[in-house]
Amino acid sequence: MIHTLIVLLACQLAGEAGARLLGLPVPGPVIGMVLMLGLVVAWPRLAVLARPTAEGILANLSLLFVPAGVGVVGHLSTLGTQAASLLVAVVVSTVLAIAAGAAAFVLVARLTGAADE
Amino acid sequence: MSELAAFWSYLSEGPLLWLGLTLAAYVAGDACFRWSGRRPWVNTVLIAVVILAAILWATETPYGIYFEGAQFVHFLLGPATVSLALPLFDTLGRLRRAALPVLAALAAGSLTAAVSAVAIAAALGVGPVELASLAPKSATAPVAIGIAERVGGAPTLTAVLVILTGIVGAVVATPLLNAMGIRDWRARGLAVGIASHGIGTARAFQVDATAGAFAGLGMALNAIATAFVAPMVLWLFL
Repeated sequence: MIHTLIVLLACQLAGEAGARLLGLPVPGPVIGMVLMLGLVVAWPRLAVLARPTAEGILANLSLLFVPAGVGVVGHLSTLGTQAASLLVAVVVSTVLAIAAGAAAFVLVARLTGAADE
Repeated sequence: MSELAAFWSYLSEGPLLWLGLTLAAYVAGDACFRWSGRRPWVNTVLIAVVILAAILWATETPYGIYFEGAQFVHFLLGPATVSLALPLFDTLGRLRRAALPVLAALAAGSLTAAVSAVAIAAALGVGPVELASLAPKSATAPVAIGIAERVGGAPTLTAVLVILTGIVGAVVATPLLNAMGIRDWRARGLAVGIASHGIGTARAFQVDATAGAFAGLGMALNAIATAFVAPMVLWLFL
């Protein structure tokens, strides 16, 4: 578990450092994820070693959004008089985006014959 | 009474109480989710947030004090994002075969999220700073905040809109995609990750492992795509 945490934190650290040094618009952890993917592809045994800890963290991914979510409640007043308009925009655009993304995937998968196994 | 008050201030000013309550509220939310028969609108994050917000309000505790305990949970978001490499690795072969559909879904989902959000808000008379804060809301929080700062938005407002977007996506995805008759777990997960980042991805993992892996991919791809899409959409509308 500690070994896996070291690998995860090292990837994140390298990602954060890279993002800052190169002035990339992508956040450090996302670059860290790409680095980790590269490590696992280069050395597949790492996937076996890291799996229990990584899957333990991912199984409770929802928990990690709770502190930020509580912060939102305090900031709801910053929405001000435009709260209703912004809420409508968030709800409708999210529904449309999920529908458009899933429909585009299914359509192009059918056109290119990229069926699942 | 003053002894009780002193005892309370001792407890409430340390991180232990708030860390414990964060975990307890999450377990309560998860129990509600299970009792409901895993219904999507009984959202674990939403229930935990409501419970904790009510406790903070009732005890008049400022968010800063709460966060001193909750930061240990919040910190794990980084390592968790890096961990998404593993489910991605498991789906790499299927991903290679689906490269074109993935790119199509990214273009459609990312553009639809930003264009429709800004168009609707602009039509309802929302101001330019608020529009700039809204445009990147489908990207994961640190990316969205960074983009909002660059395009003239308000970072705190963006943080609020990002979390709201995540919760909306997590709640509507299953009924919406069922109603559309889309059964491909790759399409379902990817679309949710693109539109509603990590909160949608967490929800996708609750439903199906393939959906979760593709949601993680969608979140990562849209973090990159939004950096280009959001300024473009604002340029169209401002």
